[in-house]
Amino acid sequence: MQESRTNARDREQPGAMEELARDPSSRKRFLRMVGGAGAAGAFAVFLAACTDDDGGGGSSSNRDVASPGGVASNRDRGGDPKEGTSDVEILNYALSLENLETSLYGKVVESGLFRGSQLDLIKKFADNERQHRELLEATVEKLGGKPAAPQKTSFPLNSASGVLTLAATIENGGAAAYLGQANRIRDKEVLAAALSIHTVEARHAAVLNELVGLPPTPQGSFAGPLSMEEVLTSVQRYIDS
Amino acid sequence: MTRANPAVPDLSTVEVQGLTRGSFLLRSAFAAGTVYGAGAVGPYVKHAFAQSNAGDVEVLKFALTLELLEAAFYERALRLPLSGGVREMAQTFGKHEREHVSAIEETIDGLGGKPDRAPRFSFPLRDERSFLALAQTLEETGVSAYNGAAVQIRSPEVLAAAGQIVQIEARHAAVIRTARSQAPAPLAFDKALRMKQVLQAAKPFLKS
Repeated sequence: MQESRTNARDREQPGAMEELARDPSSRKRFLRMVGGAGAAGAFAVFLAACTDDDGGGGSSSNRDVASPGGVASNRDRGGDPKEGTSDVEILNYALSLENLETSLYGKVVESGLFRGSQLDLIKKFADNERQHRELLEATVEKLGGKPAAPQKTSFPLNSASGVLTLAATIENGGAAAYLGQANRIRDKEVLAAALSIHTVEARHAAVLNELVGLPPTPQGSFAGPLSMEEVLTSVQRYIDS
Repeated sequence: MTRANPAVPDLSTVEVQGLTRGSFLLRSAFAAGTVYGAGAVGPYVKHAFAQSNAGDVEVLKFALTLELLEAAFYERALRLPLSGGVREMAQTFGKHEREHVSAIEETIDGLGGKPDRAPRFSFPLRDERSFLALAQTLEETGVSAYNGAAVQIRSPEVLAAAGQIVQIEARHAAVIRTARSQAPAPLAFDKALRMKQVLQAAKPFLKS
């Protein structure tokens, strides 16, 4: 299989998703941030969409913050379809992730850290993400929404191995993000589009995992979803405030 | 939705805690029963649930056929003289497909359906090269099959489970493509196939 491996010790970018999974306080940090003045601006569009995914296990303050309308608790149970996260909100969430990925790959290409076949691969992935972004923007507009604008980003681009690990983390998170939303999408066409992107993110993730010496299917036979809140928390560090 | 592990490379070895993967999916499927107001308890749940999910059982049976085909394919491939890395891949992917089979069978059962018996398959496998070529075809078909069928699924929990599986099929496809020196993600959007198209594509491998 893939021979090109980077040294694991070289990773300066511990998995954002991993940190989140291990550190429940990062979740609390996010909630605090959401509640504070920091909520304004970049992620405002998501915040309205963020849910209490604990299924009732969250504190009341969580719920106040995460679901201003108080409608989130039934969302994952497929409650009243008129309530909860709208398709436009989900699309804008996906769009923000695609914007982030596009920005990352653009900067990676410019960094000069890669050449040859790996550079070609990164350019191809960048092109995939750009197309995802265009489709998502068009779909948001078609549904009468306003597409989320790209944010200014900062990534640690110090070494090729670090970049590949960062990209792997973000792509695995991206795949998990789409997986986490699939059964909350109402419109069948929007669902079909999300599914067709989901599996491309999975391809990227698998290949990047191999490049950094990780299993292409790190979770075995069944991939795991991530909630909006989990994903947004973990990518927050790459967004300039 | 039942929380699985976050998609973290470093958490690769962590399993869904305290549950076999099959029962994990099964539990998801049963959780969907409450969505349809089938009631939380009692002997009527299964019956009512089965009725409201008749379409989902059909989709699951379709997926089961594909997974049985893939599982049989990887099993058959291990009889070939494969090089180390490729053999390892066939073993790992074969294990994934077998686990998909068990999970889908249990879910069909849980929905009150009856899983079909495994058909007999035959594959034109001569060597490593033909194995990798056919593996790519089957995995790509799997991705498109799930992406096409998923929009028909009514239960949010069954849809989530299908998503958990199709992501693995896509990862397989990318790895196999890379092993064949092909672009792992040739298209920005993976295609969707209709069930009929998929079954037609699978026909040559079914022993009559």
